[in-house]
Amino acid sequence: MTIPDRPGPRAVDGRAPDVFSRDGSVAMRQFPDREEVDFAIVGAGCGGGVLAAKLAEAGFSVVAFDAGPFWRPLSDFASDEREQEKLYWLDPRISGGDDPLEFGQNNSGRAVGGSSVHFQMVALRFRPDWFAARSRLGYAVDWPVDWRTMWRYYDEVERACAISGPANYPWGPKRRYPYRAHEVNAAGQVLARGAEAMGVPWAPTPLATVSAPRGKSPPCVYRGMCKIGCSTNAKQSVLITYIPRALDAGAEIRDSAMVGRIETENGRATGVEYHRDGQWRFQRARNVVCAGYSIETPRLLLNSANGAHPHGLANSSGTVGRYLMAHLNDAVWGVMDEEIRWYKGPPSMACCEHWNYTDDKDFDGGYSFMSQGPLPTDFARTLVTNEGVFGHDLRRQMTLYNRMAGLKMVGETMPQASNRVTLAEERDDFGLPRARVAFSHCDNDRRMQRHARDFMGRMLKAAGGRDLLETGATAHLMGGCRMGDDPETSVTDSDGRTWDIPNLWICDGSLMPTAGGVNPSMTIMANAARIADRIGALAAQHEPERAHG
Amino acid sequence: MSETVHRPYPGWNVLEKWDSPSFNDATREVLRKRLQEVPARRFFTAGEWPAVEALCDTVLPQDDRADPVPLANWIDATLHEGRGNGTRRADMPAPPEAWRLGLAALDAEARARGAADFALLGADARAALLRDVDAGRLRADWQGLPARRFLRNLVMAEVVAIYYSHPAGQSEIGFGGPASPRGYVRLQPGRADPWEAPPGAWEDTP
Repeated sequence: MTIPDRPGPRAVDGRAPDVFSRDGSVAMRQFPDREEVDFAIVGAGCGGGVLAAKLAEAGFSVVAFDAGPFWRPLSDFASDEREQEKLYWLDPRISGGDDPLEFGQNNSGRAVGGSSVHFQMVALRFRPDWFAARSRLGYAVDWPVDWRTMWRYYDEVERACAISGPANYPWGPKRRYPYRAHEVNAAGQVLARGAEAMGVPWAPTPLATVSAPRGKSPPCVYRGMCKIGCSTNAKQSVLITYIPRALDAGAEIRDSAMVGRIETENGRATGVEYHRDGQWRFQRARNVVCAGYSIETPRLLLNSANGAHPHGLANSSGTVGRYLMAHLNDAVWGVMDEEIRWYKGPPSMACCEHWNYTDDKDFDGGYSFMSQGPLPTDFARTLVTNEGVFGHDLRRQMTLYNRMAGLKMVGETMPQASNRVTLAEERDDFGLPRARVAFSHCDNDRRMQRHARDFMGRMLKAAGGRDLLETGATAHLMGGCRMGDDPETSVTDSDGRTWDIPNLWICDGSLMPTAGGVNPSMTIMANAARIADRIGALAAQHEPERAHG
Repeated sequence: MSETVHRPYPGWNVLEKWDSPSFNDATREVLRKRLQEVPARRFFTAGEWPAVEALCDTVLPQDDRADPVPLANWIDATLHEGRGNGTRRADMPAPPEAWRLGLAALDAEARARGAADFALLGADARAALLRDVDAGRLRADWQGLPARRFLRNLVMAEVVAIYYSHPAGQSEIGFGGPASPRGYVRLQPGRADPWEAPPGAWEDTP
C-alpha cells in the first residue's frame, strides 16, 4: 500500500525544517544510534512534543521519533480537504464492538506535532472535580493527581500556546487567558442566542489561535480550515510552539520514523527499533517514553512482548489497551433564516459547559457543546453516513450549506475495561500487527447522548433553527494505558512511569483515567508538562530507580 | 430524467480567485492537477466500469452539468493507490475487495429486479434500488458484505469527498473556496466579503 504525497525524512544532516519559513531550515543536534540517549520519545504530539522540549531544556539528551512528516505549513498546506488528508493517520485500524470508532481525521494525526496540527484548537480545562471523579462525584475513578497541580500546568501550557480566550470564563475556578478572545462568528452567535433563550451561560471558546501577532505567528485570518492544517501559522500547534523549543534546547526530532518495538533486557528498556528511510535501525536509550496516543501506545507496548514480558511490556496488570474512551460527538443541525457562512473563522467559536458544571441530570460525567463550521466534504460526509441521503436530495440539502448552523457535543464516555486495543493478525506495510479496537457504549453514554440531543435541539430551535437534523459520531481518544495509584489496575504511576519497567514511561492521552466533557488537548499537554517536571525532580533526587513495592 | 436543483449562487465560481490572495501556490498546484490530470481507469475492470459510473451518477447526478466532475476516475485512483481513511470495520473487507463485492451485489440486485445489470437500469430504478439497499430490502446475496455500510461509508462518503472538494461542487453551494493566505474579515450573519459569493438567491421557503 502506498501513501501518496508524504515526504520522506526532512530532519537530516544536522538540520530540521524551519516551520516558520517556506523552505528554510534550522540547526538540529543529532545523536548516533549507538549513543545511549537519556530519553527516546515515541511520538512528537501534545504529549511527546511538550515532553521533548521540557526535558531538553532541563539538560537531558532527547530524541523524539514521529511516524509522520515534518511539515512546513506555509508551503506544504493547501486549502483543500482532500489533499490535507495527508495530516491524518490513514493506515487502517480494525474497528469492532457494538459501536465501532472511526479513526483517521476524527482523532488521529500523523505528523510532527501530532493531532495538534489538525485539531480545531478548542482549549478547555477539565472541571476540577473530575480529577476526583470517584470520590467527589461517585463515578469512574480518581486521577492520581490533584486538580490544583493540574491547574498550574494548564496555566503553563496555555501561556506556551498563547490561548485566546475571554476575560471572564463563566465556569470553574478563575483563569486568565494570555490573548483576548476572538470576535465570535455568525455560527457562534447562533449558540449565544440559543443559550440566552434557554437561560444558560455561553462563552467565546478559548482557542489556540492567536488574536494578535505573536513572534513569527500572524493573527488568525479566519480562513476556517483549521481542521485541515493552518497554512499561516496563526494556530499554536505543538509543531510551531514546543517543537522549535525542543530543537533550540538540543533535542533531535526524528521525523518519518516509525517505531515498531521497544527492546528490554534484565527488566529495563534498552532502546527502540525504528524504521526510517527504508531500513530498520536501533536507537539505544536510558529511558523510553511512549507518546503515540491511545491506539499506537498500547499497540507498541503489546507488540514489544518478549520472553520476560509475554503479554506485552508494562502489562502485568492486563490493563494495557483497556479503558479506551472517546467523546460522544452527536450534533444537531438546523437551517437558519439568514446566511451564516459557517466556513469563516475557527469552527467552534462559541461554547457552553453548562452540563459539565450542573449535576442535576440523569447520567454521570458531563458534556460541553460548541458551535460548528464543517468544511463542505466534512458536512456532506456527515449527511450521507448518518442519513443515507443521495441524488438530487443530497445536492439540494447541500445548497443550504451557507444557511446551516449546528451544535455538537463533546461528551464524556465512561471508562470500560472491555473497550480496548489489541493486536490483529493482519500486518501493516512495516510488518507490524495492525491495531484492533473494540468499542461499545454503556447505558450511561446513551443517557448522556439522549440528554444532549434533546437539549441542543431545543436550544437550536430557540435560536431560530428549522428542519432540525440529528447526527451521531465520536471524537478524540483518551485512555488505553491509564495512570493510577494501584499497580493492579493501572499501567503507570502518577509520573507516567510504568509499574513494571522503571525506565519505561508513558506521556500522552492514553494515560487519562477519565475522559472529561471537554476536548482533551490542553489536558494532555498540561499532564505532559507536569510529567516533565516530575522527571526532572526525580533525576535531581538521584532516583533513577523507584523502589518497587 | 433531469431534475432541477435550485441553485442559490448561479455564476459563483471559486476558480475566479485563482490569481487572488485567496490562493497560495500549494493550493494552485493541487487544483491544477485535479482539473487537468484526471487519472485513467486502473483499478476497476472494463466490465465493472459502467456500474461504477452508474453508481456515481445515482449518488450524485450531474445531468445539469456540461462538464461533470469525474467521480468514478477519482474513486478508481483512490483504490489503485490504496489510500485508506484510517478505519476498517471488523465486518468489512479491505476497500478494494469491498468495492468488487459491492458492485457484483448491485448487479445481482438489478437482476433480481428483472434488469440485465445495474448500469442498464434507468435513473429512477437505480435510485429506488439504492433506497432498497439502504433500507435493508435485499434480494441478492451480498456475500457477507454489510450492504448499507458499503453504500453509505464507502460509496457515498467517497463520492461527496470528491464532489465537494472540487471547485464545481464548492461553487454550487456558495462556499468561499480556497482561503490562504487571505481569509475573511466579515464574520457577522448575513455579511460577506467582496471575495465571497454574493448573497444567495433563496426561494421563499428553502
